[in-house]
Amino acid sequence: MAASRARQASSEADQPSSPVLRFGPDQPLRLDAGTLLSPFQIAYQTYGTLNEARSNAILVCHALTGDQHVANNNPVTGKPGWWEVLIGPGKIIDTDRFFVICSNVLGGCLGSTGPASTNPATGKPYGLDLPVITIRDMVRAQVMLVDHFGIDKLFCVLGGSMGGMQVLEWASSYPERVFSALPIATGARHSSQNIAFHEVGRQAVMADPNWLGGKYLEQGKRPEKGLAVARMAAHITYLSEAALHRKFGRNLQDRTALTFGFDADFQIESYLRHQGMTFVDRFDANSYLYMTRAMDYFDLAADHGGRLADAFTGTKTRFCLVSFTSDWLFPTEESRSIVHALNAAGASVSFVEIETDRGHDAFLLDEPEMFAAISGFIASAARARGLGA
Amino acid sequence: MSVNRAPRVDLEVVAGLIVPGSRVLDVGSGDGELLELLQDTKQVDGRGLELSQRGVNECVARGLSVIQGDADKDLAFYPDKGFDFVVLSQTLQATRNPKLVLDELLRIGKHAVVSFPNFGHWRVRLSLFVNGRMPVTKDLPYSWYDTPNIHFCTIRDFMNLCDELGATVEKATALDANGQRIGLSMPWWFWNFFGQQAVFLLRR
Repeated sequence: MAASRARQASSEADQPSSPVLRFGPDQPLRLDAGTLLSPFQIAYQTYGTLNEARSNAILVCHALTGDQHVANNNPVTGKPGWWEVLIGPGKIIDTDRFFVICSNVLGGCLGSTGPASTNPATGKPYGLDLPVITIRDMVRAQVMLVDHFGIDKLFCVLGGSMGGMQVLEWASSYPERVFSALPIATGARHSSQNIAFHEVGRQAVMADPNWLGGKYLEQGKRPEKGLAVARMAAHITYLSEAALHRKFGRNLQDRTALTFGFDADFQIESYLRHQGMTFVDRFDANSYLYMTRAMDYFDLAADHGGRLADAFTGTKTRFCLVSFTSDWLFPTEESRSIVHALNAAGASVSFVEIETDRGHDAFLLDEPEMFAAISGFIASAARARGLGA
Repeated sequence: MSVNRAPRVDLEVVAGLIVPGSRVLDVGSGDGELLELLQDTKQVDGRGLELSQRGVNECVARGLSVIQGDADKDLAFYPDKGFDFVVLSQTLQATRNPKLVLDELLRIGKHAVVSFPNFGHWRVRLSLFVNGRMPVTKDLPYSWYDTPNIHFCTIRDFMNLCDELGATVEKATALDANGQRIGLSMPWWFWNFFGQQAVFLLRR
Protein backbone atom coordinates (compact mmCIF):
# COMPACT_ATOMS: atom_id res chain seq x y z
CA MET A 1 0.00 0.00 0.00
CA ALA A 2 2.69 2.46 1.08
CA ALA A 3 4.96 1.27 -1.72
CA SER A 4 2.24 1.67 -4.32
CA ARG A 5 1.51 5.18 -3.04
CA ALA A 6 5.18 6.02 -3.30
CA ARG A 7 5.28 4.66 -6.88
CA GLN A 8 2.21 6.70 -7.75
CA ALA A 9 3.78 9.80 -6.17
CA SER A 10 6.97 9.49 -8.17
CA SER A 11 5.10 8.96 -11.43
CA GLU A 12 3.00 12.06 -10.66
CA ALA A 13 6.20 14.12 -10.61
CA ASP A 14 6.81 13.72 -14.35
CA GLN A 15 3.57 12.35 -15.73
CA PRO A 16 0.83 13.74 -13.51
CA SER A 17 -2.79 12.76 -13.84
CA SER A 18 -3.59 16.49 -13.91
CA PRO A 19 -3.55 18.59 -17.07
CA VAL A 20 -0.09 20.01 -17.71
CA LEU A 21 1.00 23.21 -19.37
CA ARG A 22 4.46 22.91 -20.94
CA PHE A 23 6.65 25.91 -21.62
CA GLY A 24 9.31 25.26 -24.24
CA PRO A 25 12.66 26.95 -24.92
CA ASP A 26 10.82 29.99 -26.33
CA GLN A 27 9.21 30.69 -22.94
CA PRO A 28 11.89 30.46 -20.25
CA LEU A 29 11.21 31.52 -16.69
CA ARG A 30 13.69 33.96 -15.16
CA LEU A 31 14.21 32.88 -11.57
CA ASP A 32 15.15 35.07 -8.62
CA ALA A 33 18.25 32.86 -8.30
CA GLY A 34 19.45 34.58 -11.48
CA THR A 35 19.12 31.69 -13.93
CA LEU A 36 16.63 30.77 -16.61
CA LEU A 37 14.48 27.71 -16.15
CA SER A 38 13.61 26.09 -19.44
CA PRO A 39 11.82 24.01 -20.39
CA PHE A 40 9.41 23.65 -17.50
CA GLN A 41 5.87 22.55 -16.83
CA ILE A 42 2.96 23.43 -14.58
CA ALA A 43 0.36 20.86 -13.50
CA TYR A 44 -3.02 22.21 -12.55
CA GLN A 45 -6.66 21.43 -11.87
CA THR A 46 -9.67 23.56 -12.75
CA TYR A 47 -13.26 23.45 -11.57
CA GLY A 48 -16.33 25.18 -12.97
CA THR A 49 -16.55 27.24 -16.15
CA LEU A 50 -14.82 30.44 -17.16
CA ASN A 51 -17.49 32.96 -18.11
CA GLU A 52 -17.47 34.87 -21.38
CA ALA A 53 -16.04 38.02 -19.83
CA ARG A 54 -13.37 35.87 -18.13
CA SER A 55 -14.11 37.70 -14.93
CA ASN A 56 -15.08 34.83 -12.62
CA ALA A 57 -11.70 33.12 -12.14
CA ILE A 58 -10.40 32.32 -8.68
CA LEU A 59 -6.82 31.17 -8.19
CA VAL A 60 -6.18 28.98 -5.16
CA CYS A 61 -2.59 28.84 -3.92
CA HIS A 62 -1.57 25.78 -1.95
CA ALA A 63 0.54 25.50 1.18
CA LEU A 64 3.97 23.90 1.78
CA THR A 65 2.94 20.29 1.29
CA GLY A 66 -0.29 20.87 -0.59
CA ASP A 67 -0.94 20.31 -4.26
CA GLN A 68 -3.29 21.19 -7.10
CA HIS A 69 -5.93 18.67 -6.02
CA VAL A 70 -7.87 21.19 -3.98
CA ALA A 71 -11.37 19.92 -4.68
CA ASN A 72 -11.03 16.43 -6.15
CA ASN A 73 -9.82 13.13 -4.79
CA ASN A 74 -6.05 13.08 -4.52
CA PRO A 75 -4.56 10.61 -7.04
CA VAL A 76 -1.79 9.61 -4.61
CA THR A 77 -3.61 9.33 -1.30
CA GLY A 78 -7.13 8.70 -2.57
CA LYS A 79 -8.36 11.23 0.01
CA PRO A 80 -10.72 14.14 -0.72
CA GLY A 81 -9.21 17.42 -1.96
CA TRP A 82 -7.47 19.45 0.73
CA TRP A 83 -9.97 22.31 0.71
CA GLU A 84 -13.20 20.55 -0.20
CA VAL A 85 -14.82 22.00 2.94
CA LEU A 86 -14.62 25.36 1.20
CA ILE A 87 -14.57 24.72 -2.54
CA GLY A 88 -17.01 22.82 -4.72
CA PRO A 89 -20.49 22.95 -6.24
CA GLY A 90 -22.77 24.91 -3.90
CA LYS A 91 -19.93 25.49 -1.43
CA ILE A 92 -18.71 28.90 -0.23
CA ILE A 93 -16.34 29.07 -3.18
CA ASP A 94 -19.05 27.83 -5.49
CA THR A 95 -17.67 26.10 -8.56
CA ASP A 96 -21.10 26.46 -10.19
CA ARG A 97 -20.42 30.22 -10.20
CA PHE A 98 -16.68 30.55 -10.27
CA PHE A 99 -13.90 29.13 -12.38
CA VAL A 100 -11.40 27.83 -9.83
CA ILE A 101 -7.78 27.19 -10.80
CA CYS A 102 -5.23 25.51 -8.58
CA SER A 103 -1.74 24.66 -9.79
CA ASN A 104 1.07 22.69 -8.25
CA VAL A 105 3.75 25.24 -7.34
CA LEU A 106 7.06 25.38 -9.12
CA GLY A 107 9.44 23.20 -7.11
CA GLY A 108 6.56 20.92 -6.08
CA CYS A 109 6.38 17.21 -6.69
CA LEU A 110 2.98 16.55 -8.23
CA GLY A 111 3.63 17.48 -11.82
CA SER A 112 5.04 20.99 -11.91
CA THR A 113 8.77 21.18 -12.50
CA GLY A 114 10.57 20.38 -9.26
CA PRO A 115 13.60 18.50 -7.97
CA ALA A 116 11.95 15.12 -8.65
CA SER A 117 11.28 16.03 -12.30
CA THR A 118 13.57 14.78 -15.00
CA ASN A 119 16.25 17.27 -15.94
CA PRO A 120 16.16 17.35 -19.75
CA ALA A 121 19.89 18.15 -19.83
CA THR A 122 20.86 14.92 -18.07
CA GLY A 123 17.86 12.63 -18.36
CA LYS A 124 18.06 12.17 -14.57
CA PRO A 125 16.02 13.76 -11.79
CA TYR A 126 17.07 17.34 -11.07
CA GLY A 127 17.76 16.77 -7.40
CA LEU A 128 19.70 19.76 -6.11
CA ASP A 129 20.61 20.87 -9.64
CA LEU A 130 17.30 22.72 -9.75
CA PRO A 131 17.92 26.36 -8.83
CA VAL A 132 16.38 27.49 -5.54
CA ILE A 133 12.79 28.56 -6.16
CA THR A 134 11.20 31.59 -4.48
CA ILE A 135 7.60 32.52 -3.78
CA ARG A 136 7.90 35.12 -6.54
CA ASP A 137 9.10 32.44 -8.97
CA MET A 138 6.04 30.34 -8.12
CA VAL A 139 3.82 33.33 -8.80
CA ARG A 140 5.58 34.12 -12.09
CA ALA A 141 4.80 30.59 -13.25
CA GLN A 142 1.17 31.01 -12.14
CA VAL A 143 0.97 34.23 -14.14
CA MET A 144 1.95 32.27 -17.25
CA LEU A 145 -0.78 29.74 -16.48
CA VAL A 146 -3.37 32.49 -16.00
CA ASP A 147 -2.22 34.08 -19.28
CA HIS A 148 -2.78 30.73 -20.96
CA PHE A 149 -6.44 30.94 -19.97
CA GLY A 150 -6.65 34.46 -21.39
CA ILE A 151 -7.56 35.88 -18.00
CA ASP A 152 -6.51 39.50 -17.52
CA LYS A 153 -7.81 39.93 -14.01
CA LEU A 154 -8.44 37.23 -11.45
CA PHE A 155 -11.59 37.76 -9.43
CA CYS A 156 -9.85 36.44 -6.34
CA VAL A 157 -6.54 34.93 -5.29
CA LEU A 158 -6.67 33.02 -2.04
CA GLY A 159 -4.59 30.66 0.02
CA GLY A 160 -3.32 29.87 3.48
CA SER A 161 0.18 29.74 4.93
CA MET A 162 2.66 29.46 2.02
CA GLY A 163 -0.41 29.90 -0.20
CA GLY A 164 -1.06 33.19 1.58
CA MET A 165 2.48 34.32 0.79
CA GLN A 166 1.74 33.72 -2.89
CA VAL A 167 -1.48 35.73 -2.53
CA LEU A 168 0.49 38.66 -1.09
CA GLU A 169 3.08 38.35 -3.83
CA TRP A 170 0.35 38.37 -6.48
CA ALA A 171 -1.33 41.43 -4.97
CA SER A 172 1.97 43.25 -4.66
CA SER A 173 3.53 42.39 -8.03
CA TYR A 174 0.39 42.23 -10.17
CA PRO A 175 -2.13 44.52 -8.45
CA GLU A 176 -4.01 45.26 -11.66
CA ARG A 177 -4.61 41.54 -12.18
CA VAL A 178 -6.04 40.82 -8.74
CA PHE A 179 -9.54 42.11 -7.98
CA SER A 180 -9.62 40.64 -4.48
CA ALA A 181 -7.08 38.88 -2.29
CA LEU A 182 -7.63 36.53 0.63
CA PRO A 183 -4.40 35.70 2.45
CA ILE A 184 -5.10 33.39 5.40
CA ALA A 185 -2.88 32.43 8.36
CA THR A 186 0.18 33.88 6.74
CA GLY A 187 2.84 36.57 7.01
CA ALA A 188 4.67 39.06 4.83
CA ARG A 189 7.90 37.41 5.91
CA HIS A 190 9.03 34.20 7.50
CA SER A 191 10.01 34.76 11.11
CA SER A 192 13.30 33.67 12.61
CA GLN A 193 11.50 30.98 14.63
CA ASN A 194 9.86 29.63 11.48
CA ILE A 195 13.16 29.53 9.63
CA ALA A 196 14.56 27.68 12.64
CA PHE A 197 11.89 24.99 12.46
CA HIS A 198 12.42 24.60 8.73
CA GLU A 199 16.15 24.23 9.23
CA VAL A 200 15.54 21.39 11.71
CA GLY A 201 13.43 19.68 9.07
CA ARG A 202 15.99 20.12 6.33
CA GLN A 203 18.81 18.87 8.52
CA ALA A 204 16.75 15.79 9.37
CA VAL A 205 16.32 15.04 5.65
CA MET A 206 19.96 15.64 4.84
CA ALA A 207 21.15 13.55 7.81
CA ASP A 208 19.36 10.49 6.42
CA PRO A 209 22.02 8.22 4.84
CA ASN A 210 19.59 7.52 2.00
CA TRP A 211 19.46 11.19 1.00
CA LEU A 212 22.77 10.70 -0.87
CA GLY A 213 23.48 14.38 -1.43
CA GLY A 214 20.06 14.74 -3.00
CA LYS A 215 20.65 12.04 -5.66
CA TYR A 216 18.55 9.36 -3.96
CA LEU A 217 16.09 8.97 -6.85
CA GLU A 218 18.93 8.00 -9.20
CA GLN A 219 19.85 5.20 -6.77
CA GLY A 220 16.26 4.09 -6.28
CA LYS A 221 16.34 5.11 -2.62
CA ARG A 222 14.40 7.56 -0.49
CA PRO A 223 15.35 9.35 2.75
CA GLU A 224 12.13 8.30 4.40
CA LYS A 225 13.31 8.42 8.00
CA GLY A 226 14.70 11.92 7.71
CA LEU A 227 11.66 13.26 5.92
CA ALA A 228 9.35 11.63 8.46
CA VAL A 229 11.21 13.33 11.32
CA ALA A 230 10.99 16.66 9.45
CA ARG A 231 7.26 16.20 9.08
CA MET A 232 6.81 15.24 12.73
CA ALA A 233 8.58 18.37 13.93
CA ALA A 234 6.68 20.57 11.49
CA HIS A 235 3.36 18.99 12.35
CA ILE A 236 3.70 20.12 15.96
CA THR A 237 3.94 23.71 14.73
CA TYR A 238 0.67 23.32 12.81
CA LEU A 239 -1.25 22.50 15.99
CA SER A 240 -1.41 24.15 19.38
CA GLU A 241 -0.59 23.06 22.89
CA ALA A 242 -4.25 23.33 23.86
CA ALA A 243 -5.39 21.19 20.94
CA LEU A 244 -2.71 18.57 21.57
CA HIS A 245 -3.73 18.42 25.20
CA ARG A 246 -7.40 18.20 24.29
CA LYS A 247 -6.86 15.41 21.75
CA PHE A 248 -4.12 13.36 23.39
CA GLY A 249 -3.28 14.61 26.86
CA ARG A 250 -0.87 12.11 28.39
CA ASN A 251 -2.99 9.19 27.21
CA LEU A 252 -1.17 5.93 26.56
CA GLN A 253 -1.29 4.15 23.21
CA ASP A 254 -2.86 0.66 23.33
CA ARG A 255 -1.39 -0.07 26.74
CA THR A 256 -2.25 0.39 30.36
CA ALA A 257 1.18 1.21 31.78
CA LEU A 258 4.45 2.78 30.74
CA THR A 259 6.82 0.24 29.16
CA PHE A 260 10.08 1.79 30.38
CA GLY A 261 11.34 1.77 26.82
CA PHE A 262 11.34 3.96 23.74
CA ASP A 263 8.38 2.54 21.93
CA ALA A 264 5.47 4.94 21.35
CA ASP A 265 3.99 4.78 24.84
CA PHE A 266 1.98 7.96 24.40
CA GLN A 267 -0.79 8.55 21.92
CA ILE A 268 0.84 11.74 20.74
CA GLU A 269 3.99 9.82 19.81
CA SER A 270 2.03 7.28 17.88
CA TYR A 271 0.06 10.04 16.16
CA LEU A 272 3.21 11.90 15.09
CA ARG A 273 4.88 8.72 13.84
CA HIS A 274 1.80 8.02 11.75
CA GLN A 275 1.87 11.59 10.36
CA GLY A 276 5.54 11.17 9.45
CA MET A 277 5.06 7.78 7.81
CA THR A 278 2.10 8.71 5.66
CA PHE A 279 3.78 11.93 4.55
CA VAL A 280 6.85 10.24 3.07
CA ASP A 281 4.64 8.17 0.79
CA ARG A 282 3.27 11.21 -0.92
CA PHE A 283 6.01 13.81 -0.83
CA ASP A 284 9.47 14.14 -2.31
CA ALA A 285 12.20 14.92 0.22
CA ASN A 286 14.09 17.34 -2.03
CA SER A 287 10.87 19.13 -2.83
CA TYR A 288 10.43 19.60 0.91
CA LEU A 289 13.84 21.30 1.01
CA TYR A 290 12.88 23.62 -1.85
CA MET A 291 9.45 24.51 -0.46
CA THR A 292 10.77 25.34 3.00
CA ARG A 293 13.55 27.43 1.48
CA ALA A 294 11.06 29.39 -0.61
CA MET A 295 9.12 30.30 2.51
CA ASP A 296 12.29 31.21 4.43
CA TYR A 297 13.38 33.59 1.67
CA PHE A 298 10.03 35.37 1.55
CA ASP A 299 10.22 38.94 2.85
CA LEU A 300 7.88 41.25 1.00
CA ALA A 301 8.95 44.41 2.85
CA ALA A 302 12.61 43.75 2.06
CA ASP A 303 11.68 43.64 -1.63
CA HIS A 304 10.32 47.19 -1.21
CA GLY A 305 13.05 49.04 0.61
CA GLY A 306 12.05 47.69 4.01
CA ARG A 307 8.63 49.37 4.08
CA LEU A 308 5.78 46.90 3.70
CA ALA A 309 3.25 49.62 2.81
CA ASP A 310 5.31 50.33 -0.33
CA ALA A 311 4.51 46.81 -1.53
CA PHE A 312 0.90 47.91 -1.91
CA THR A 313 1.12 51.56 -2.99
CA GLY A 314 -1.95 52.65 -4.91
CA THR A 315 -3.52 49.21 -4.86
CA LYS A 316 -7.17 48.90 -5.84
CA THR A 317 -7.34 45.26 -4.75
CA ARG A 318 -9.84 44.42 -2.00
CA PHE A 319 -8.17 42.48 0.79
CA CYS A 320 -9.48 40.21 3.50
CA LEU A 321 -7.04 38.73 6.00
CA VAL A 322 -7.80 35.92 8.39
CA SER A 323 -5.76 34.76 11.37
CA PHE A 324 -6.33 32.29 14.21
CA THR A 325 -5.86 32.96 17.91
CA SER A 326 -3.90 29.75 18.56
CA ASP A 327 -1.67 29.90 15.45
CA TRP A 328 1.88 30.22 16.72
CA LEU A 329 3.47 29.69 13.31
CA PHE A 330 1.80 32.79 11.86
CA PRO A 331 0.43 34.58 14.90
CA THR A 332 -2.20 37.29 14.54
CA GLU A 333 0.51 39.96 14.84
CA GLU A 334 1.85 38.88 11.44
CA SER A 335 -1.53 39.53 9.84
CA ARG A 336 -1.95 42.74 11.77
CA SER A 337 1.30 44.16 10.44
CA ILE A 338 0.07 43.47 6.90
CA VAL A 339 -3.23 45.18 7.77
CA HIS A 340 -1.37 48.23 9.07
CA ALA A 341 0.67 48.37 5.89
CA LEU A 342 -2.49 48.12 3.79
CA ASN A 343 -4.09 50.89 5.85
CA ALA A 344 -1.08 53.07 5.28
CA ALA A 345 -1.38 52.35 1.56
CA GLY A 346 -5.05 53.35 1.70
CA ALA A 347 -6.19 49.90 0.62
CA SER A 348 -9.61 48.36 1.15
CA VAL A 349 -9.02 45.76 3.82
CA SER A 350 -10.98 43.50 6.13
CA PHE A 351 -9.35 41.53 8.88
CA VAL A 352 -10.80 38.87 11.13
CA GLU A 353 -9.14 36.89 13.85
CA ILE A 354 -10.88 33.59 14.49
CA GLU A 355 -11.05 32.22 18.01
CA THR A 356 -9.98 28.57 17.93
CA ASP A 357 -7.57 26.21 19.68
CA ARG A 358 -6.79 24.30 16.47
CA GLY A 359 -3.62 26.23 15.64
CA HIS A 360 -2.23 27.00 12.21
CA ASP A 361 -4.02 24.12 10.49
CA ALA A 362 -7.38 25.68 11.42
CA PHE A 363 -7.45 27.23 7.96
CA LEU A 364 -7.92 23.76 6.43
CA LEU A 365 -10.69 22.78 8.82
CA ASP A 366 -14.38 23.36 9.29
CA GLU A 367 -14.30 26.79 10.98
CA PRO A 368 -17.76 28.36 10.68
CA GLU A 369 -16.61 31.89 11.57
CA MET A 370 -13.88 31.75 8.93
CA PHE A 371 -16.45 30.51 6.41
CA ALA A 372 -18.80 33.37 7.32
CA ALA A 373 -16.04 35.92 6.80
CA ILE A 374 -14.90 34.41 3.50
CA SER A 375 -18.48 34.10 2.32
CA GLY A 376 -19.31 37.74 3.16
CA PHE A 377 -16.11 38.98 1.56
CA ILE A 378 -16.55 36.96 -1.63
CA ALA A 379 -20.22 38.00 -1.93
CA SER A 380 -19.48 41.70 -1.60
CA ALA A 381 -16.48 41.47 -3.95
CA ALA A 382 -18.66 39.63 -6.48
CA ARG A 383 -21.24 42.43 -6.33
CA ALA A 384 -18.51 45.00 -6.87
CA ARG A 385 -17.16 42.97 -9.80
CA GLY A 386 -20.63 42.73 -11.34
CA LEU A 387 -20.83 38.98 -10.88
CA GLY A 388 -24.47 38.24 -10.09
CA ALA A 389 -25.46 35.60 -7.58
CA MET B 1 -17.06 48.91 21.07
CA SER B 2 -20.46 47.81 19.99
CA VAL B 3 -21.21 46.48 23.46
CA ASN B 4 -21.50 49.86 25.09
CA ARG B 5 -23.40 51.53 22.34
CA ALA B 6 -26.50 53.48 23.32
CA PRO B 7 -29.52 53.13 21.02
CA ARG B 8 -28.36 54.59 17.74
CA VAL B 9 -30.63 57.62 17.62
CA ASP B 10 -27.75 59.51 16.01
CA LEU B 11 -27.47 57.27 12.92
CA GLU B 12 -29.73 59.25 10.62
CA VAL B 13 -28.18 62.55 11.68
CA VAL B 14 -24.66 61.21 11.13
CA ALA B 15 -25.64 59.77 7.76
CA GLY B 16 -27.14 63.12 6.79
CA LEU B 17 -23.73 64.77 7.12
CA ILE B 18 -21.96 62.39 4.73
CA VAL B 19 -21.55 63.43 1.10
CA PRO B 20 -22.64 60.69 -1.35
CA GLY B 21 -19.82 58.73 -2.97
CA SER B 22 -17.19 59.85 -0.47
CA ARG B 23 -14.52 57.81 1.31
CA VAL B 24 -15.58 57.10 4.88
CA LEU B 25 -13.82 55.50 7.84
CA ASP B 26 -16.14 54.46 10.66
CA VAL B 27 -14.18 54.17 13.89
CA GLY B 28 -15.95 51.85 16.28
CA SER B 29 -18.16 50.37 13.61
CA GLY B 30 -19.91 47.88 15.90
CA ASP B 31 -21.91 45.37 13.91
CA GLY B 32 -21.71 47.55 10.79
CA GLU B 33 -25.13 49.19 11.00
CA LEU B 34 -23.93 52.67 10.07
CA LEU B 35 -21.48 51.50 7.40
CA GLU B 36 -24.16 49.44 5.74
CA LEU B 37 -26.57 52.37 5.86
CA LEU B 38 -23.95 54.64 4.30
CA GLN B 39 -23.11 52.12 1.58
CA ASP B 40 -26.74 51.53 0.73
CA THR B 41 -27.99 55.12 0.84
CA LYS B 42 -24.87 57.16 0.08
CA GLN B 43 -22.84 54.74 -2.05
CA VAL B 44 -19.76 55.56 0.02
CA ASP B 45 -16.44 53.73 -0.16
CA GLY B 46 -16.65 52.65 3.47
CA ARG B 47 -14.10 51.16 5.86
CA GLY B 48 -14.41 50.29 9.50
CA LEU B 49 -12.28 49.84 12.60
CA GLU B 50 -13.83 47.89 15.45
CA LEU B 51 -12.43 46.71 18.76
CA SER B 52 -14.62 43.68 19.41
CA GLN B 53 -13.81 40.62 17.35
CA ARG B 54 -17.45 39.60 17.32
CA GLY B 55 -18.40 42.94 15.79
CA VAL B 56 -15.66 42.68 13.16
CA ASN B 57 -16.62 39.16 12.16
CA GLU B 58 -20.25 40.24 11.81
CA CYS B 59 -19.24 43.20 9.64
CA VAL B 60 -17.04 41.12 7.35
CA ALA B 61 -19.75 38.49 7.03
CA ARG B 62 -22.02 41.35 5.91
CA GLY B 63 -19.49 42.17 3.22
CA LEU B 64 -18.10 45.32 4.85
CA SER B 65 -14.39 46.24 4.86
CA VAL B 66 -13.73 46.23 8.57
CA ILE B 67 -10.62 45.40 10.56
CA GLN B 68 -10.13 44.56 14.19
CA GLY B 69 -8.31 47.34 15.95
CA ASP B 70 -8.18 49.86 18.75
CA ALA B 71 -8.98 53.53 18.13
CA ASP B 72 -6.45 54.45 20.80
CA LYS B 73 -3.61 52.68 19.00
CA ASP B 74 -4.39 51.84 15.41
CA LEU B 75 -5.45 55.18 13.94
CA ALA B 76 -1.74 56.01 13.73
CA PHE B 77 -1.41 53.65 10.77
CA TYR B 78 -3.78 55.60 8.52
CA PRO B 79 -2.36 58.21 6.14
CA ASP B 80 -3.09 61.95 6.41
CA LYS B 81 -6.39 62.98 4.80
CA GLY B 82 -6.91 59.43 3.51
CA PHE B 83 -10.66 59.79 3.98
CA ASP B 84 -13.28 62.42 3.22
CA PHE B 85 -15.09 61.64 6.47
CA VAL B 86 -13.98 59.88 9.61
CA VAL B 87 -16.92 58.97 11.84
CA LEU B 88 -16.67 58.34 15.56
CA SER B 89 -20.17 57.53 16.68
CA GLN B 90 -20.86 56.86 20.37
CA THR B 91 -17.29 55.79 20.94
CA LEU B 92 -15.35 58.86 22.11
CA GLN B 93 -16.33 58.39 25.74
CA ALA B 94 -14.97 54.82 25.70
CA THR B 95 -11.49 55.71 24.46
CA ARG B 96 -8.51 55.94 26.80
CA ASN B 97 -7.24 59.15 25.26
CA PRO B 98 -10.11 61.09 23.65
CA LYS B 99 -7.92 64.08 22.89
CA LEU B 100 -5.42 61.99 20.92
CA VAL B 101 -8.22 60.11 19.17
CA LEU B 102 -9.92 63.34 18.13
CA ASP B 103 -6.59 64.71 16.94
CA GLU B 104 -6.11 61.59 14.81
CA LEU B 105 -9.62 61.87 13.35
CA LEU B 106 -8.85 65.42 12.24
CA ARG B 107 -5.57 64.28 10.71
CA ILE B 108 -6.97 61.27 8.83
CA GLY B 109 -10.21 62.84 7.63
CA LYS B 110 -10.91 65.96 5.64
CA HIS B 111 -13.94 66.08 7.95
CA ALA B 112 -14.63 64.37 11.23
CA VAL B 113 -18.10 63.44 12.45
CA VAL B 114 -18.28 62.87 16.19
CA SER B 115 -21.34 61.91 18.17
CA PHE B 116 -21.46 61.30 21.91
CA PRO B 117 -23.85 61.20 24.84
CA ASN B 118 -24.01 64.55 26.62
CA PHE B 119 -23.12 64.27 30.29
CA GLY B 120 -24.52 67.74 30.83
CA HIS B 121 -28.08 66.54 30.19
CA TRP B 122 -30.49 67.58 32.94
CA ARG B 123 -31.31 64.01 33.94
CA VAL B 124 -27.63 63.32 34.58
CA ARG B 125 -27.29 66.55 36.55
CA LEU B 126 -30.43 65.84 38.51
CA SER B 127 -29.37 62.31 39.36
CA LEU B 128 -26.04 63.51 40.70
CA PHE B 129 -27.61 66.51 42.45
CA VAL B 130 -30.53 64.73 44.10
CA ASN B 131 -29.19 61.25 44.74
CA GLY B 132 -25.54 62.14 45.12
CA ARG B 133 -24.67 59.06 43.07
CA MET B 134 -23.21 58.46 39.64
CA PRO B 135 -26.15 58.52 37.25
CA VAL B 136 -27.54 55.29 35.84
CA THR B 137 -30.17 56.07 33.24
CA LYS B 138 -31.88 54.20 30.45
CA ASP B 139 -29.30 55.45 27.98
CA LEU B 140 -26.32 55.19 30.31
CA PRO B 141 -27.19 51.91 32.00
CA TYR B 142 -23.81 51.04 33.57
CA SER B 143 -22.70 51.36 37.16
CA TRP B 144 -19.58 53.44 37.73
CA TYR B 145 -17.45 50.34 38.37
CA ASP B 146 -18.31 48.41 35.23
CA THR B 147 -18.87 51.12 32.65
CA PRO B 148 -16.78 51.05 29.48
CA ASN B 149 -17.51 54.76 29.24
CA ILE B 150 -14.49 56.13 31.03
CA HIS B 151 -14.33 59.64 29.59
CA PHE B 152 -17.71 61.31 29.65
CA CYS B 153 -17.97 64.93 28.62
CA THR B 154 -20.59 67.59 28.16
CA ILE B 155 -21.27 69.48 24.96
CA ARG B 156 -19.39 72.47 26.39
CA ASP B 157 -16.42 70.28 27.37
CA PHE B 158 -16.28 68.91 23.87
CA MET B 159 -16.36 72.37 22.32
CA ASN B 160 -13.45 73.41 24.52
CA LEU B 161 -11.48 70.41 23.35
CA CYS B 162 -12.22 71.30 19.72
CA ASP B 163 -10.84 74.79 20.42
CA GLU B 164 -7.71 73.34 21.96
CA LEU B 165 -7.13 71.13 18.93
CA GLY B 166 -7.73 73.94 16.48
CA ALA B 167 -10.80 72.25 15.01
CA THR B 168 -13.49 74.21 13.25
CA VAL B 169 -17.07 73.25 14.05
CA GLU B 170 -18.83 73.11 10.70
CA LYS B 171 -22.14 71.87 12.06
CA ALA B 172 -23.47 70.86 15.43
CA THR B 173 -26.72 69.19 16.37
CA ALA B 174 -28.20 68.21 19.70
CA LEU B 175 -30.75 65.43 19.92
CA ASP B 176 -33.31 64.64 22.56
CA ALA B 177 -34.00 61.17 23.90
CA ASN B 178 -36.00 60.25 20.79
CA GLY B 179 -33.35 61.37 18.37
CA GLN B 180 -35.28 64.52 17.52
CA ARG B 181 -33.22 67.62 16.78
CA ILE B 182 -33.40 70.35 19.34
CA GLY B 183 -34.23 73.73 17.81
CA LEU B 184 -31.34 75.24 15.90
CA SER B 185 -31.84 78.71 17.27
CA MET B 186 -31.37 77.67 20.87
CA PRO B 187 -28.28 78.89 22.75
CA TRP B 188 -25.48 76.48 23.73
CA TRP B 189 -26.48 76.32 27.39
CA PHE B 190 -29.89 75.09 26.31
CA TRP B 191 -28.38 72.31 24.18
CA ASN B 192 -26.04 71.41 26.97
CA PHE B 193 -29.00 71.07 29.33
CA PHE B 194 -31.58 69.40 27.11
CA GLY B 195 -29.47 67.60 24.54
CA GLN B 196 -29.06 63.91 25.28
CA GLN B 197 -26.84 63.30 22.27
CA ALA B 198 -24.64 65.65 20.30
CA VAL B 199 -23.40 65.28 16.73
CA PHE B 200 -20.54 67.47 15.48
CA LEU B 201 -19.13 67.94 12.01
CA LEU B 202 -15.54 69.17 12.32
CA ARG B 203 -12.55 69.95 10.18
CA ARG B 204 -9.07 71.32 10.61
